Amino acid sequence: MRDWNVQARNRQARLARAAALTKGKVVDAANIDALLEAVLEPGDRVCLEGNNQKQADFLARALVALDPEKIHDLHMVQSVLALPEHIDVFERGIASKLDFSFSGPQAGRLAKLVGANQIKIGAIHTYLELFGRYFVDLTPRVSLVCAQAADRQGNLYTGPNTEDTPIIVEATAFKSGVVIAQVNEIVDKLPRVDIPGDWVDFVVQSPKPHFIEPLFTRDPAQISEIQVLMAMMAIKGIYAEYGVNRLNHGIGFDTAAIELILPTYAESLGLKGKICQHWALNPHPALIPAIEAGFVESVHCFGSELGMEAYIRARPDVFFTGADGSMRSNRAMCQAAGHYACDMFIGSTLQVDLAGNSSTATLGRIAGFGGAPNMGADARGRRHASPAWLKAGREARQGRNLIPRGQKLVVQMVETFREHMQPAFVEKLDAWELAEAANMDLPPVMIYGEDVSHILTEEGIANLLLCRTDEEREQAIRGVAGYTPVGLGRDKAMVENLRDRGIIRRPEDLGIDKRQATRDLLAARSVKDLVRASGGLYDPPKRFRNW
Amino acid sequence: MEKLTFEFFGGAPVNTTRTPALVGVVGSGNLEVLIEPEQLGGRCAVEILTAARGFGDTWKAVLDDFFTRHELADVRISINDVGATPAVVSLRLDQAVESFLGGAQ
Amino acid sequence: MTSYYEASARERLQQLLDPGSFHEFLPPTERVVSPHLLQLDTPAAFDDGIIVGRGSLAGRPILAAAQEGGFMGGAVGEVHGAKLVGLLERARDEKPAAVVLLVESGGVRLHEANAGLIGVSEIMRAVLALRSAGVPVLVLDGGQFGCFGGMGIVARLCDAIVMSEEGRLGLSGPEVIETTCGVEEFDSRDRALVWRTVGGKHRYLLGEANALVADNIAAFRAAAIGLLDTKPDLSFEALMAEHERLGARLEKFGECRDALDIWSALGIEAPEGLPLLEADAFVANVAGKRA
Repeated sequence: MRDWNVQARNRQARLARAAALTKGKVVDAANIDALLEAVLEPGDRVCLEGNNQKQADFLARALVALDPEKIHDLHMVQSVLALPEHIDVFERGIASKLDFSFSGPQAGRLAKLVGANQIKIGAIHTYLELFGRYFVDLTPRVSLVCAQAADRQGNLYTGPNTEDTPIIVEATAFKSGVVIAQVNEIVDKLPRVDIPGDWVDFVVQSPKPHFIEPLFTRDPAQISEIQVLMAMMAIKGIYAEYGVNRLNHGIGFDTAAIELILPTYAESLGLKGKICQHWALNPHPALIPAIEAGFVESVHCFGSELGMEAYIRARPDVFFTGADGSMRSNRAMCQAAGHYACDMFIGSTLQVDLAGNSSTATLGRIAGFGGAPNMGADARGRRHASPAWLKAGREARQGRNLIPRGQKLVVQMVETFREHMQPAFVEKLDAWELAEAANMDLPPVMIYGEDVSHILTEEGIANLLLCRTDEEREQAIRGVAGYTPVGLGRDKAMVENLRDRGIIRRPEDLGIDKRQATRDLLAARSVKDLVRASGGLYDPPKRFRNW
Repeated sequence: MEKLTFEFFGGAPVNTTRTPALVGVVGSGNLEVLIEPEQLGGRCAVEILTAARGFGDTWKAVLDDFFTRHELADVRISINDVGATPAVVSLRLDQAVESFLGGAQ
Repeated sequence: MTSYYEASARERLQQLLDPGSFHEFLPPTERVVSPHLLQLDTPAAFDDGIIVGRGSLAGRPILAAAQEGGFMGGAVGEVHGAKLVGLLERARDEKPAAVVLLVESGGVRLHEANAGLIGVSEIMRAVLALRSAGVPVLVLDGGQFGCFGGMGIVARLCDAIVMSEEGRLGLSGPEVIETTCGVEEFDSRDRALVWRTVGGKHRYLLGEANALVADNIAAFRAAAIGLLDTKPDLSFEALMAEHERLGARLEKFGECRDALDIWSALGIEAPEGLPLLEADAFVANVAGKRA
C-alpha cells in the first residue's frame, strides 16, 4: 500500500526539530543557523529569494555558514543570483544543482564554477517559466524569503517590493514545504497583509534591513543625441503608426529617452491620450515627467525602485496601491501582463544576427534571461484584439494564405555600434560559442528573430512584418545596420527597393528633422530635473545626486 | 593614433569669405570637426587624427556618404577623434556644415 | 542649451556675452596644439581645451576665457596655460572692465608634468599682477568637472566667484581624499556628502563664493554683470582682515564634522533641507547668515 502522506509527515518532522528554537513563529537572529540546520535536509530543493531588487541577504549568509558535512547537495531554485553568497553556497559544497533565471552580477563567477564542474545547472529560465515550474516539477521544499515586516502570527507585509515573494511562498506552503522569512521589523499591526501567516512557518528579524538595489534608475544626463533621434523615430514611426497604448519598455537609456520625450515631442505630435497610457513597468524616475504631463493612466510593476516610494504614494490613481497607501508589485503577474496584455515590447540588446535573433550573451559570463523573453515574444495564446495587435498581424500575413491572427509588436532598438566600436550587428551571435563552452542545449537567445516585428537603429526602422522572404528580411536588417560590416555588406539595390516599399524607413521618410534631435527635447535632462518634475517627492539614492 | 586623409572632387564651391566653424569636443566617444574655406582647386580635403586604429574603411564609407549629402569644394575639414561611432561622426559632420553654411541647410 | 552645466565651453561663452561680441584670440584655425600630447600619441584639441578672447558684457568691454571640461577634464597644459596667461597679460594693456574666467578644471594636466605646473603658477602670478593694476578678475564655476587643484587656488586668488549648486570648488578631488584618508573619513561615492563639502551652496555659505545662481547661463551672466564694478583690493589691510576672518572661521567651525554642523552653527534652521532648495529660495533662506 502506498503511503500518500510522506510530504506532510516529513514537514512535521522538520518543524518538530525546530520547535525548541522558536517562540511561536518568531526566531531570534542568533538562532538562524541552528534553525536552518534543523529544518533542511541534504538534497533539498531550496528557494532563496534572490530577486532583481531585494535579496534575503541575512538568510543567504546563514545558508553559507552551514556545515557542508551536515547540509549538502541542495538544489537551489531562484530567480536571480545577485549576491556573492548565492555562488558561495556552491563553492562551499552546500549546494550542487541550480535552476535560475538571471545572474547579472554573478555571471562571471557562475561561468567559472560551471567550467570547473562545481555547479550543475538544470536549466536557465525566464522568470515566468521558473515560477510556473515551482508549481510543476521544481517545487521548493524550503523557501527563504524576505519581507519588510511581519507580525507575530507570521503575516508578512512585503510592500512596494513584493516582487516574487507571493509566488514562492504559495508554491512552497501548499506542497508541505517550510517557509522562513527574514524581515526588517516585527510589529504588532502590519500596514496590510501581503502574505497570510498561515503560509509562513518562521519569521526572523535580520540585524540590518534587507539588501535592495535601485537597478532601474537611469540618469538622464547620460542620454545622447543619437538616443534622442532614435526615440523620436520610435514614437513617430511605431507608437503613432500602430497606436501603442499598452506596453513594456526594456530598461535602458534608449527607452528612458522615449519616456522623456513624451511630454515634449509626442505632445507636439498630438499623441497624448493616444499612446502610452498603460504600462507593465518598474516605477523608475524617468517616467515621472510623462506621468505628470498626463500621458500615463496606469503602471503595474514587477518590483519597486528605491527613492520612488513617496512619489508613488502620492500618485495612487496611477500605481497599484494598497489601502495602506503603499504600492504592491508582483513580478509574476506583471510578467503575465507584459506577455499577454501589452501590445508592444521595445528594448535594446547587445547583438543581432541576420535573421533578427538577438542575444546579450557574452563569453565568460552566464547571465541568463530574466524576464525580457516574456515581453519580447509574440503571445500566441492571446485572443483578445486591439488595433495595434490586429494591424501588426495583418502586416505579417497580408498576401499569404494564412488564417488571420494578431501579432505583438516586438521592437529591438539598438545603435549600430556599441562602445569601443563593437558592431551590434553580426553574422553569428557570440551565443553559439558560449553554448558550446558551457555545454548548453541551445544557444541562449533573448529574443527570437521570428518574434521581432521591427529593428530600429540610428539609420532607420526595418519593418520585418512586411518581409516575405528570408532574403528580404536579411537585407532589411543590413539596410539599418549602418557602417558595420553587416551593414556595408548590403545589396544596395535591394535596400533601395525595400525603402521604396516602406519596409525600411529613414528619419527623413518619417518626416523627422534630425536637427531637432538634441538633448533639449528631453523633458528632464538630469536627476535634479526629475526631482523637480516630481514636486520634490522623488528622493534619489546617493549615487545619483550631484548636489 | 592614426592619421587618415581623404579627398573629394566635383563639389560645388562655397563662398570663401565664410567663417570657419568648429563643433564637438575631444573627449571619449566624441570628436571635434573644424571646417575652413580654403583654395584647394575644387577639392574637399579631409584629414583625421584618430585614437581608434584600423577603421579606415569605416571612415571612407562614412565620408563618401557625407560628401553625397554635402558636395562641397574648396573646403578643408580637420578632425580630432577619440573613438566616436559612425553615428556620432556623421552627426558632427552635419552639424559642422550647418554651422559653416549658417544654418541654410 | 540654456543649462550652464551641460553647455560646452564655446556654448557658454556664446550665450554669456553680448550676442556677436566675441572675438577669439588664437582660434582653432591657428592650430596651436599641445606638443606634449602629440609626443604621447594622445589626441589633442585645436584650442588645447581653452577659448580666450575679447567680448562685451552689457556693453562693457571684457576679456574672457572658458575651459572645456570635456577635453582632459579641463586640465591645464603648457599651451592651455600660456593662452590664459597671455589673456591676463593682455588685460593689463587693454584695461577691460573685467576679465571673466569660465573655469572648469581638475588643475594641472599631469600628462604635461612640469610644463603644466609652471603654467598654473604663471597664471597665479598673472592674476595677482592684473588685479594690482586695478582690473577685477571674476570666476564662474558651474561645470561637471568642478574647479580643483591648481585652478581651485587660482579661483580663490580672484576677486569674486559665482557658483551654481552643481559647481564644485576645492583643492584635492574627492576620490583623492578618499584614497588618501580612507572611506570612513570621506566616502567619495556619497555624492550628497561631496556636494555638502565642496559644492556651490556650501562655498557660498562659507563666504568663498560671492553668488549662488541657478544652473542657467542667463543667471551666470546676470551675476557677472553685477560684479563688473568690483574694485580689486590687495591692500595690506585687506589681507590682514582676510586672515582674521579665516582665523575666526577656524575657531568657530574647527570641531565640526560635517557641513550640516557648520550650517547649524551659522544659525540655519533645518539645514538638511538646504540641498533641496532652488537657488533663489536658498539665497533668501540663508540671507544674513553666511560666515
